[in-house]
Amino acid sequence: MANVKVLVAKPGLDGHDRGAKVVARALRDAGFEVIYTGIRLTPEQIAEAALQDDVNVVALSLLSGAHNTLFPKVVELLKEKGLNDVLVIGGGVIPDADIPGLKAAGVAEVFTPGTPTGNIVEFINANVK
Amino acid sequence: MANETLKAGFDKYMASVDAKLDKNPERANLEPKRLYTPLDVEGFDYETKLGLPGEYPFTRGVQPTMYRGRFWTMRMYAGFSTAEESNKRYRYLLANGGSGLSCAFDLPTQIGYDSTDAMAEGEVGKVGVAIDSLADMEILFDGIQLDQVSTSMTINAPASVLLAMYIAVAEKQGVGADKLRGTIQNDILKEYAARGTYIFPPAPSMRLITNIFEYCAKNVPLWNTISISGYHIREAGSTASQEIAFTIADGIAYVEAAVKAGMDVDEFAGRLSFFWNAHNNVLEEVAKFRASRRVWAKVMKERFNAQKAKSQMLRVHTQTAGSMLTAQQPNNNIVRVALQTAAAVMGGTQSLHTNSKDEALALPTTESVTIALRTQQIVAYESGLADTVDPLGGSYYVEALTDKIEAEAWEYIQKIDEIGGAPEAIAKGYIQKEIQDSAYKWQMDIEKGNRIIVGVNKFQQDEEPPTNLLRVDGSVGKLQADKIAALKARRDNAQVESTLAALEKACGEPESTNLMPFILDCVRAYATEGEICGVMRKVFGEYKSNVAL
Amino acid sequence: MNIVEELLNNHSRLALSKGITAVENEYDNAVEIMTKIYPHTGNAYVIGITGPPGAGKSTMTDKIAKEYRKRGKTVGIVAIDPTSPYSGGAILGDRIRMMDLMSDEGIFVRSMATRGSLGGLSQKAGDAVKLMDAYGFEVIIVETVGVGQSEVDIVKTADTTMVVVIPGMGDDIQAIKAGILEIGDLITINKADREGTDKLNIEMEMMLELNPEHVSWRPPINRTIASKNEGIEAVVDSIEEHKAYLMESGKLAEIRQARIKTEVVAMVNDRVNRYIDKNVVETDDFGKTVARLSTREIEPYSVVEEIVINVLK
Repeated sequence: MANVKVLVAKPGLDGHDRGAKVVARALRDAGFEVIYTGIRLTPEQIAEAALQDDVNVVALSLLSGAHNTLFPKVVELLKEKGLNDVLVIGGGVIPDADIPGLKAAGVAEVFTPGTPTGNIVEFINANVK
Repeated sequence: MANETLKAGFDKYMASVDAKLDKNPERANLEPKRLYTPLDVEGFDYETKLGLPGEYPFTRGVQPTMYRGRFWTMRMYAGFSTAEESNKRYRYLLANGGSGLSCAFDLPTQIGYDSTDAMAEGEVGKVGVAIDSLADMEILFDGIQLDQVSTSMTINAPASVLLAMYIAVAEKQGVGADKLRGTIQNDILKEYAARGTYIFPPAPSMRLITNIFEYCAKNVPLWNTISISGYHIREAGSTASQEIAFTIADGIAYVEAAVKAGMDVDEFAGRLSFFWNAHNNVLEEVAKFRASRRVWAKVMKERFNAQKAKSQMLRVHTQTAGSMLTAQQPNNNIVRVALQTAAAVMGGTQSLHTNSKDEALALPTTESVTIALRTQQIVAYESGLADTVDPLGGSYYVEALTDKIEAEAWEYIQKIDEIGGAPEAIAKGYIQKEIQDSAYKWQMDIEKGNRIIVGVNKFQQDEEPPTNLLRVDGSVGKLQADKIAALKARRDNAQVESTLAALEKACGEPESTNLMPFILDCVRAYATEGEICGVMRKVFGEYKSNVAL
Repeated sequence: MNIVEELLNNHSRLALSKGITAVENEYDNAVEIMTKIYPHTGNAYVIGITGPPGAGKSTMTDKIAKEYRKRGKTVGIVAIDPTSPYSGGAILGDRIRMMDLMSDEGIFVRSMATRGSLGGLSQKAGDAVKLMDAYGFEVIIVETVGVGQSEVDIVKTADTTMVVVIPGMGDDIQAIKAGILEIGDLITINKADREGTDKLNIEMEMMLELNPEHVSWRPPINRTIASKNEGIEAVVDSIEEHKAYLMESGKLAEIRQARIKTEVVAMVNDRVNRYIDKNVVETDDFGKTVARLSTREIEPYSVVEEIVINVLK
């Protein structure tokens, strides 16, 4: 009975939601319960939504280049709220050089442009707690 | 060859090919037919469908000689970090044969936040230049005579504020507003539908747009007051037909709003411009450009009774498709951009931005921007594509495809009319849903291998992570914060307060009160963009997207 | 974490959230949690909001929640979205319209997917409401799509139920007539700046005329444009009037008692069904019995008799 719940969110001011929406649909079609929260959210709004829906995964998408600031902030706020088991993943226009830093900050995996949605599904299934 | 003879011959050809398909199979998933012949354009009436270049319905182009006289404007979209840094890039582009400027603003600027706003955290200077006040704008155009360049500004919700800043910079240079040439994007409907940088709800947003139309018709007559954009609709995943259909539907809404506000259609329609995407499928794109001109000409002539030829012409700026750039094997993007450039040129664009090879990874470096500009120059000077007008006109395939895209566009426009127009179709989520369905289908086609993207789902290779990417570090936010603090210390704050108060009062008045003069006063007093938009936010409220999936 | 302790004594939002997950996923500790929090429930006022897809229910919920916040009340929201019958997945899209509630400590929004079992969901939604109630939310809104029978069960957990309709639904209005008559204590015509609002209003009036039940409380018809926050205050006033009516007439106690009865019966049915599934339906013997039934070797009536006697033993 326990379905995997995924919050798909776009922190920051970037409005390019094509990727986030395609991923949201693909995750639904893979059998996940997807909470789609839209664009232009603060890390606080995202973390609070994650808490209220008690999600297993937070999937962040950002194309504006603000990921180094905003992704770690979401991770930090989730921890602050006691959500220690949530799997945080990210995607968007993210240079390879930034990925180690994001992982060190608690982002479990980063999916860059061209990633098949199936890879994201696989990753979630393999790593969700 | 009479059609009867041709038809018999064609049927025989098809039968003989079909018979051998087992031995010589064709690729699966091919959308066009095997062969196009005069049978596909039966009854084709040259006069009504194509006409001559520079004449209704402008299918072959909006100018009589097209690129035989002057090439399209090579306008490279640029801007990042601070005004100082972007100013250097602009001067570099102009020195290297760029013929117009195109300003990219960062997201806080596009959404009416100062760099110091909490919402701006992490975003300052990232996707474009950070502009907080007239002081930044003065630096951005330092050493560039504004009566000598045409400047395009990708700015929508706060377009009025940035245009006012541009006018104010010109004033300081001693250049009158009547000498200014350029474009503001100013297309709020596609922000709601596809791009996301809206601020205010639809009604006050439309008021701002018609206020700008009216102000510019009187004071900035050479300015293109709107760039009705399909680019972002396509980037969000639409098809070619949807791109032009939804955009022209938006265009209809703007014209209706201006007419409703009491303007004469021929007074402003000549200053409307469009913005198309140049995607990968070269011939489909050429057909799209041609079809779009035919549709708009009919809309303006038949629906709005526009008399002037200028009002019926769809003039278009083009950008190559950013979403088609791959992070994998980025050098391949140079080839993609070259083909997209060829499409835009054969489609008859008036200006063009070419993307750089590294934009799926980061903002472009100077080196990659140079290659992108050179790509345009090679197409212009070496390829021969610009040597005759509408070189593909008369191709059976391209004419059939032009007709098909036109028909699909009309079907959508009719559907949107039935819903009650573009604003209503957007409010209902209809347009967003259509775009999302296309985007999802595109992605699934790639994942199933029905669509091949070289280096992504075929011909992949191991590669080293790219080096030499442009990085905008976090210090830009701090720099801008210092600038704002210094500005607030030196400007006449009483003057700022009083101009903002006057703007607030004007916002509360009916639409007939044109807000542009009030905004200009605020700008001249060095009110920040956040302060000006803050006043408008207070009166107009803020739009929230409520369309899910 | 001790969910009950944290929820009741430390006002932990995380505990509330984990408690709802426990009932939603039927974790082993769910019954224990509900048992312990039950004495702390019964204080919240529960509002049900339903209507056809596209009526603007979640925008309406968002605005009503804000209006209650203005009136000094804390608000819990349970927003229910359908699960895709194809993949078993769901896109829970209601929250997108409530994201600016996320910075308000006085509000808690929980999305729930139907997961194909609307029947079981009404109990789970009911438990989620109780958990929010025990936590201390003063007003709780349950929002669900449609007005089919299963949705009716869900909104039956509410003290006041509002049906949202919009002009221009065409024949759909016929389909929801019955539902409206049965459950609507309030009717709200949203998107009331659209063509057809007056006509819809008249139709609604006529439907209400036809219903003899509306003697002491006649459902008011409000008009709103929720996206512009127009008419929301009047809607909340109507909810409060209905609440006052229920309290003064003694009906509130009556419907709450009836609800408890329904709930208990449903829980018993659920338990019995599960017991029968496990001990009868899913056994090898039952498979053989069905085979024999289909060849007419035996007849069903004595089989049923035997099962019931065994179960009741």
